[in-house]
Amino acid sequence: MRARAPKRADYDLVVIGASLGGVAALRQVLAELPPAFPAAVAIVQHRRPDADSPLAQLLGSVSPLPVREPRDRERIEPGTVYLGPAGYHLLVEPGWLTLSVEGPVSWARPSIDVLFESAADAYRRRLVAVLLTGSSEDGAAGVEAVTRRGGLTIVEDPDSAHSPVSPAAALARTTVRHVLPLVGIGGLLRDMVQLAVGDDASASRR
Amino acid sequence: MDGEGQLRRAADGTAAATGAGAGRRETATVSIPIVTNADTADAADAVDDVEELELDLLLTGIARRWGYDFRGYSPASLRRRVRKAMHAEGVRSLSALQERVLHRPEALQRFISTLSVNVTGMFRDPQVYRALRRQVLPMLRTYPFVRIWHAGCSTGEEVYSMAILLHEEGLLERCRIYATDLSDDLLQRARRGVFALRDMQEHTAAYHRAGGKGDFSSYYIADHQSAILRDELRRHLVFSQHNLVSDSSFNEFQLILCRNVLIYFSEPLRERVHRLFYDSLVNFGILALGIKESMRYTPFVDRYEPLVESLGLYRRVR
Repeated sequence: MRARAPKRADYDLVVIGASLGGVAALRQVLAELPPAFPAAVAIVQHRRPDADSPLAQLLGSVSPLPVREPRDRERIEPGTVYLGPAGYHLLVEPGWLTLSVEGPVSWARPSIDVLFESAADAYRRRLVAVLLTGSSEDGAAGVEAVTRRGGLTIVEDPDSAHSPVSPAAALARTTVRHVLPLVGIGGLLRDMVQLAVGDDASASRR
Repeated sequence: MDGEGQLRRAADGTAAATGAGAGRRETATVSIPIVTNADTADAADAVDDVEELELDLLLTGIARRWGYDFRGYSPASLRRRVRKAMHAEGVRSLSALQERVLHRPEALQRFISTLSVNVTGMFRDPQVYRALRRQVLPMLRTYPFVRIWHAGCSTGEEVYSMAILLHEEGLLERCRIYATDLSDDLLQRARRGVFALRDMQEHTAAYHRAGGKGDFSSYYIADHQSAILRDELRRHLVFSQHNLVSDSSFNEFQLILCRNVLIYFSEPLRERVHRLFYDSLVNFGILALGIKESMRYTPFVDRYEPLVESLGLYRRVR
């Protein structure tokens, strides 16, 4: 079974965006990820610009993966969750995360579109984008960009989302691969990203 | 947990393409997006390859025509801002933008402003000014004459903040602050020292969070919609154009501030600028980066000691 070397997972990066109602939703999704998740995760949750919010701890307390707020120019490591810091856009370059203090996009900084669009450019088909509950249209253009570049898109079902505006905006704008209630999303990520490396890979890979 | 039945609906266009395997979580799942999105994604790649080429030509053209070289900027944010410049000019392609900025100096200036304008504010990140007051100014006090370089000063809010801080600590008289930026337009605004009155409430709050000791309104004169900073603050400031990409060091400094500028540069350019700062600092001089920036991953990491690493404050030690 383990005779050949483990295959590379099909996705290197998962980006997740959320705004209103997002903290609870993110906690649920992260809690379902396995401790040996082979992709990196980058999250933008709309938040106020003050730097002292405990969001990273709130997410870290339920996540089997470490959750950190990156500084500028951090190398993207698999199995790590990066949370966009308050007051900065989070952008993806191939292998790296960078920050920016350009003006707000869709009144948000960090903005989901900025994360998704830069990730789509950098990771193309090796990207999964997940748009969760939210009260603005930020994220819809980002999901469109990910679709266009051949990445896989998952949107929370507006019918059951805490706030349906963002998911509905994304669905109105582009074709989305999976529309799921919150409870299914963590499991789908786990299975999709794990599958490629085989059943026992989680134990032996890291 | 069971994945079957959780896939409640996929948006119209994909339903046919995904077919029987749609969203099922067996082996098929991983290959679906690659197969079904391949054509559109290939088309997108081709379009983007052309855009890449246009971007490359645009930047090369500007560098050769005007001497402003943006080719070392970090691609992700550069692309965003170039698109913004495209929209601002009302043109539909980068080639059209190129046509304009190569022929019209005023379009070039607008392009530079769009690329370099960043959010700033008086006493931005107030905790940095608290640390400067407590930990850096006492060091500066040991010099008879102090030179400070604020690289990438934008519209000048942070330069005036520094002047106020030095004034309150009784140091301004023996200091000179060299404030530089790439953009002439931004420098002109910085030089005027006139800010929107409506922002003053926010600036005042930041001033107090930064440990301000006085009455902030005593530093400006209110005039209609404007707050005009007092001449006393201006007397020790020198504003001039400097391009971190191509210009060299122009003096030796006890303190260099360059906050949230290098985050837009990619690796080789960042290294160049770090070399420039290192060469421009006196030994034991202070380098103030943005609070989310770090010396890590730079070749100069062992030349500095963190002063307050969480605020991006470093001290040259060798």
